[in-house]
Amino acid sequence: MLVVIWLITLVSTYFFYTGQWSPLPLASAHGAAIDKQMALTMVLMGVVFLAAQLGLGLFVWKYRDRSGAPAATYSHGHIGLEWTWTALTAVLFVGLNLMGYNVWAANRIHGAGPNAMQVEVTAVQFTWYFRYPGPDGKFGRVDYQKSDASLGNEGALGLDDTDPASKDDIVAGVLMLPVNKEVDATLRAQDVIHNFNVPAMRVKQDAVPGLMVHTHFTPTQTGDFEVACAELCGLGHYKMRGTVRVVSEQEFNQWMAERQAEKQQQ
Amino acid sequence: MSEVHAEAAVHAHAAPTGFIRKYIFSLDHKVIGIQYYFLALVAVFVGMFLSLLMRIHLVWPMAHLPLLGEIKPETYLTLLTMHGTIMVFFVLTTAPQSGFGNYVLPIQIGAPDMAFPVLNMLSFWTTFLSFVIMLAAFFVEGGAPLHGWTGYAPLSAIPSAGPGQTLGADLWIISIAVFCAASLMGALNFITTTLDLRARGMSLMRLPLTCWSWFITAILGLLAFGVLAAAGILLLLDRNVGTSFFVPGGLVMTGVPVKHQGGSPLLWQHLFWFFGHPEVYIAILPGMGVASQVLSTFSRKPIFGYRAMVYAMLSIGILGFVVWGHHMFMSGMSPYSAFAFSVMTMAIGVPSAIKTFNWLGTIWRGRVRFYTPMLFAIGFVSLFVSGGLSGPFLAQPQLDINLHDTYFVVAHFHLIMGVAAIFGIFAGTYYWFPKMFGRMMNERLGQAHFWLTFIGTYAIFMPMHYLGIAGHPRRYSQLTEVKFLEPLMSLQEFITIAALITIGAQIIFVINLFWSMFKGAKATANPWEATTLEWTVPSPPPHDNFGGRVPVVRHGPYEYAVPGAARDYVMQNEESTVPAHS
Repeated sequence: MLVVIWLITLVSTYFFYTGQWSPLPLASAHGAAIDKQMALTMVLMGVVFLAAQLGLGLFVWKYRDRSGAPAATYSHGHIGLEWTWTALTAVLFVGLNLMGYNVWAANRIHGAGPNAMQVEVTAVQFTWYFRYPGPDGKFGRVDYQKSDASLGNEGALGLDDTDPASKDDIVAGVLMLPVNKEVDATLRAQDVIHNFNVPAMRVKQDAVPGLMVHTHFTPTQTGDFEVACAELCGLGHYKMRGTVRVVSEQEFNQWMAERQAEKQQQ
Repeated sequence: MSEVHAEAAVHAHAAPTGFIRKYIFSLDHKVIGIQYYFLALVAVFVGMFLSLLMRIHLVWPMAHLPLLGEIKPETYLTLLTMHGTIMVFFVLTTAPQSGFGNYVLPIQIGAPDMAFPVLNMLSFWTTFLSFVIMLAAFFVEGGAPLHGWTGYAPLSAIPSAGPGQTLGADLWIISIAVFCAASLMGALNFITTTLDLRARGMSLMRLPLTCWSWFITAILGLLAFGVLAAAGILLLLDRNVGTSFFVPGGLVMTGVPVKHQGGSPLLWQHLFWFFGHPEVYIAILPGMGVASQVLSTFSRKPIFGYRAMVYAMLSIGILGFVVWGHHMFMSGMSPYSAFAFSVMTMAIGVPSAIKTFNWLGTIWRGRVRFYTPMLFAIGFVSLFVSGGLSGPFLAQPQLDINLHDTYFVVAHFHLIMGVAAIFGIFAGTYYWFPKMFGRMMNERLGQAHFWLTFIGTYAIFMPMHYLGIAGHPRRYSQLTEVKFLEPLMSLQEFITIAALITIGAQIIFVINLFWSMFKGAKATANPWEATTLEWTVPSPPPHDNFGGRVPVVRHGPYEYAVPGAARDYVMQNEESTVPAHS
């Protein structure tokens, strides 16, 4: 018993320790604080895990029934010990929680900065649409009831052409972002609940039908990053993949200008 | 009070003689307990079979299975929905509480039966009906639903949201509503029995911890299942009558506008998890009771901190009702309430830690006898620690940004409410089998079963933490569409192989169970030298448990290693002068 519990414990801990399976390399500004809190929690819980499991193994071995073993001790417990470990665990758990509070506050309670770039993310079984408000900075009206996937990006969202604000709205199938610029994403869903999850960016937020949920982040690396839906949304859930493409500001501006030109020709 | 238990007369019913009254529509809590147990046994094999198909599909998606053929991605979601639902309701709620609770609670408190025998019978047959309705969902057009055991709206509310969301989803909801009705009946019965039918001297602080766990679980059930039943009925109305409790306006489902407006998908989540979180304690509390009972018995030592154990279970029960929001950190709920739920959730770690320390304290300076029930109880503690310690990760909303809806969550709840609870059931089975069937289970087979299951479950669920840390989303039927999942395939294959072996090992248990029922060595009244009242009566006990006599309780439930006593244990009803204080 001792051997098995100790082996399981040590082997499990070893694989946590080696980091062989670790989160994707970080590609956003706020993610460092999350990873740090994760590492802290891992160390604290790891110590408790080792102590409890190794202790359990040790006790069942040391106090096993064998000839010559002393009789069990008649004891109903120890009130001082009870208070000690109650206080210790309360401090550990609640303290750990409070230490991480500002990470949460920065991510969810405080909104994006005033200069953040606005994008709208719309989830539909089983794809993603990304909308930019254009030079006027305003998203035009959309009506899902008028949406038609066969019309491509703008039509799939049901963008209302009669709204002046929608004239310069750009809708894309890939989320293009300039590096090192904060993004304020508004999440929407057309049918069921989806989740806008960009693991490398440490971004995860449900897109809920009927709600407009904000999430904000700053990409720090250029390249393509996968979006993997993280809320069961139906039979194609496993292939509801999207792409966040982070480029230099110059490339982004060029891409945006080209899209605007295409849009105005229509 | 000379006429001990006036109530006993009311409940005394003569032993039935016909087969149907004796074994089918029995009013005897012992028969009903065994009926529940076997219902759960059937359900657990259905549930395990579904998980096996899922594991096979995940790593060998093209595999052609005999009779079943190839599993499609949508079938995978059906399998996971039904696996979760069947395991949670018909195994983890049914066996530990309704099965063992029914069989053991009345005997442990010194009562001839449950308070309401007819209600008891009715609640079993209602549960049975619910199970039949649930299984029927597989066979209707479109098959069983794919919305997961959590049934999030609007996926669950609109029939066109996916295959299986038509009649199958209706049956799923109806089955759960019927199950709720059965559980409410059971909960009332447990609460009344515990409060009213205790033998003379059986004060609340002399109750075995198993009885406390069943009592608290019943209270949780009474408060939680009513809410789930209501939520289920509202969902059924949304689906069939055109109401809009959970569906907002302006939606388009598969290109077709939806005619609902004004509902809220988050409302379903609040109602569901108001039930769903207490439900995990409904599953695990009885396991805690059994583990305490067995650890004390086989360590030959009183439970460490009996009162602390009772208060810890009560705190877990109360706190369990104010933490449901931690399932919803990523849902779009207010981030302020996320913080409040997070603090409450971390607080629930405190009574859980108290229990763990007290179990370790019980073994400490004991004299441990390694019979199979004890192995499973030790395994329970180990799994409870492992599954519990991933809790403080998931309880922090900022870490949920990485971990929500990944395999880390799957690992967490399988260890703590799945496998730990199952280990509680196994410990209970090996422990009470001699009492239930009058024969001993085979010890060698029991030990083999334990070692394979213990190592196997760790081999299955520990690697899932690594998958989750690497960001692997759960409920993905294939890993082929997302690039960062490709390197995780080898770990998934390892898990599938571990699952095949571990599930295979359960055949040893089934063989042992049925072989011992007929061929096992005859059991004495008290084979484990335990102290609680069920061990004062013959194995199996007579129809009214105590043969018309009503026991008088003189001692606490865990008097082992008592100095000055004739043996190393003092039974609860023994006319011994030691221990003087309890």
